Amino acid sequence: MCRVVDLQQAVLVKNDHCAGTLRTELAARGTTVVNMLSSPGSGKTELLEAELTLAAARSVPVAALTADLATEHDAERLARAGVPVKQVLTDGLCHLEADMLRGHLEGWLPEGTRLLFVENVGNLVCPASYDLGESLRVVLASVTEGEDKPLKYPTAFGLAQLVVVTKDDIAEAVGFDEEAFRANVRQVNPGVEVVLTSARQGRGVGLILERAMAVAAGKAAHEPVMARTGGTGGHEHVHALDHSHDHDRAHSHPSDVPVHSHS
Amino acid sequence: MHEMSIAVAMVEQVSDAAERNGSGAVSAVRLQLGELAGVVADSLRFCFSLACAGTVVDGAELLVEHLPGRARCAPCGAEWATGMPPQLCCPQCEGGTAELLCGRELQIVGVRWGDDSSRTGTEPVSVQAPEES
Repeated sequence: MCRVVDLQQAVLVKNDHCAGTLRTELAARGTTVVNMLSSPGSGKTELLEAELTLAAARSVPVAALTADLATEHDAERLARAGVPVKQVLTDGLCHLEADMLRGHLEGWLPEGTRLLFVENVGNLVCPASYDLGESLRVVLASVTEGEDKPLKYPTAFGLAQLVVVTKDDIAEAVGFDEEAFRANVRQVNPGVEVVLTSARQGRGVGLILERAMAVAAGKAAHEPVMARTGGTGGHEHVHALDHSHDHDRAHSHPSDVPVHSHS
Repeated sequence: MHEMSIAVAMVEQVSDAAERNGSGAVSAVRLQLGELAGVVADSLRFCFSLACAGTVVDGAELLVEHLPGRARCAPCGAEWATGMPPQLCCPQCEGGTAELLCGRELQIVGVRWGDDSSRTGTEPVSVQAPEES
């Protein structure tokens, strides 16, 4: 006996569904999420600390959640900004998923938070595939990482809504070719804004905050080509169909995806 | 290496479908994998075999159908293979408002249930491919 069923379902439908729900729930609370992706050591914690400090000085209610495989060092650094900070330890998991984020926000995210910055696990591969319910995805790269980073990690850079170059104060010393970097970003994500920053020198600090505030106020974020799938072939293609036509079932229980530790 | 999380999600979806259909063991799962999905097929196969253990999907074959990246520029009408790393700027007019026709798929398109082990892995799973617009 052999039976074939045309079960058609996007593999990440559960995460995408959960992310969508989280985005709606947080929007109802007045909170906009900024998802920050980069490789380890790109300097995103230092830049984020500067952004949070600026937000606090401007009385913008912000909070930050930072994810690492181990240690609470980043939370300790970010907490110096004087805003609510939460450290998430993934015990080896290489990325955050929407239901994990949702679980960590429960009972913690302060009422009235305007912007929630999520510092994803330092990794340019895996986090790129997971929508966390953000309204702005920021991808960072330091000047030391090479101009071809956007081509080596096309999914991460291809889905970015803002690209931030960090450590620009040492650009000359390391021979960073800004023009080549911009050309490479354009190849995988034409039209995305690229900004240069130096947290050490304070240059460009506040740009992420401004862009995030604009999105929170209703300005449309950049729509990458890679995300324009016209309703077919993308992770957004939420279409469950099998012989039982039990759609509700396929879309339910978004929070029980098992988490496995791996690197 | 998020392929394990993806494999676990696949096994869960197929198991749920098996339960809904009152079906038994799964002998094959067919997946469409786009060139730009950011998923490595070999890694996914390995993780899938581990994630299947102890479920109705245990021992099922993962059949991966690779789909190349293709984009279309609406303003000038150009259509091209994106390649890897992808060229997502229009090669004809250099516009930046293209749309992906294909390439981001990470989609289960068919499941074969059955305990006829003599057929497992020897014949392609006959499933209806999703319509591409």
